[in-house]
Amino acid sequence: MKLKGWRELTPGAVILEAGNAVEFKTGSWRAFKPIWKQENCIQCLFCWLFCPDMAVKVKDGKRADFDYEYCKGCGICALECPGKKGKKAIVMVEEGN
Amino acid sequence: MSKVVAATGNEAVANALRQVDPDVCAAYPITPQTELMQRFASFVSDGQVKTETILVESEHSAMSACVGAAAAGGRVVTATSSQGLALMWEILFIASGLRLPIVMPVVNRALSAPINIHGDHSDAMGARDSGWIQLWSENAQEAYDNTIQAFRIAEHMDTRLPVMICLDGFIISHSIERIEYLDDDEVKNFVGEYRQLHPLLNIEHPVSYGPLILTDYYMEYRKAHDEVMTKVPGIVLDVAKDFEKISGRKYSLFDAYRLEDAEVALVILNSAAGTSKDVVDEFRNRGVKAGLLKPRLYRPFPYKEIGEALKHLKAVCVLDRADAFGGSYGPVFIDIAASLYSYKEKPILINKIYGLGGRDYFPEHAALVLNELIEIVKTGEVKTFKEYIGVRQ
Ligand code: SF4
Ligand code: SF4
Repeated sequence: MKLKGWRELTPGAVILEAGNAVEFKTGSWRAFKPIWKQENCIQCLFCWLFCPDMAVKVKDGKRADFDYEYCKGCGICALECPGKKGKKAIVMVEEGN
Repeated sequence: MSKVVAATGNEAVANALRQVDPDVCAAYPITPQTELMQRFASFVSDGQVKTETILVESEHSAMSACVGAAAAGGRVVTATSSQGLALMWEILFIASGLRLPIVMPVVNRALSAPINIHGDHSDAMGARDSGWIQLWSENAQEAYDNTIQAFRIAEHMDTRLPVMICLDGFIISHSIERIEYLDDDEVKNFVGEYRQLHPLLNIEHPVSYGPLILTDYYMEYRKAHDEVMTKVPGIVLDVAKDFEKISGRKYSLFDAYRLEDAEVALVILNSAAGTSKDVVDEFRNRGVKAGLLKPRLYRPFPYKEIGEALKHLKAVCVLDRADAFGGSYGPVFIDIAASLYSYKEKPILINKIYGLGGRDYFPEHAALVLNELIEIVKTGEVKTFKEYIGVRQ
């Protein structure tokens, strides 16, 4: 992507296109990776609600897999996930292992 | 038709704010600004303005609320002094970086410690490089006039920058002077309707304020800010021209008093300039070619124009009502020196620090300094480049 020069910027760094965070991929920040264990998932969608980015995908109202281009590995989804009968549907594993 | 009244500086500025009738005012009281906001708050509670006042618990919050209200789309004012301005410091840069045209009278007062409530310029000097425009005012009339012009300067479509209007604590804020008020309608027409460029509350076109800008773009935004500051002097002059049409009063980037054929001159801000002009007149009556330069637009500093106005002089004393504890000179001196640096022929410059914490500045001080300048011109020798005057040894 060609970067803009200083003359082409919006005054005050105001962002005029809503939702342009799509262009900012934060997946490379990740040190831990969330893994979805579908068998323990109760489809509560807490993970989708709590994810600070847009890394939990929902398809037809159902939990779909992670989008690792955006997942920064914060672990919030894994913490909030109630899972099934005490078994988490999201676990964090260290990247590169 | 204008109206002549006797009023304090605070009263005059509060009246200017009433005439403009801004959308939002978030402020916190601090001496000597308190009277200004107390009077404005009375206008609000008496229904003379439609302004929404926000009571906050500190100046940090006052400026934060102003930033929010200005981003939302409102015409926004506040006012402060001294520690209050110091507490706002963090948010000052956010207001200017987001290019929000907030208007803020600063009733100049010394900074703690030791704690002191009287007038000096330490507060506004600490914020001089915060990306705000600064207009300085010699007396209550100029403070009133600057406040009205500040809205047009701040809200100019080419810039959109916040403005501070500086006036000396107590000396101007609490002394009663003769002031000419413009008609309410004239002021309303002069400032016009305000339209925010990208209001946060426009749900048709959602926008985001305050994004993270890292190594790839931060420098470009800073360059853009530097560039927009260069447009300010032209705007200040245009607005002054329009203001002259309704008021008959002339303003420029600085006041050049008997400077054209002068050989020695004082450079001095705000109220002490008035005292000094009387002394310049006395020296002129005795045949001494004395003059004075009083900066009005102090940020951005009109280096080129001021350099041009001073370069022909033989000796100049810059009087600072604040010190910069960098082991060097007072802040105004540093700017004046920079404005003259590029000239081959230039005056000898000396620096005096005066009037800190409200210490009186008397005509004798101006006379002492002018006599010293005459001596420097005669002998070509400078004893001390920087000195405190009016201080006990
Ligand atoms: S680890 Fe954080 S960023 Fe990644 S999916 Fe979970 S909540 Fe979202
Ligand atoms: S929070 Fe856990 S259980 Fe709920 S939808 Fe997400 S993965 Fe499934």
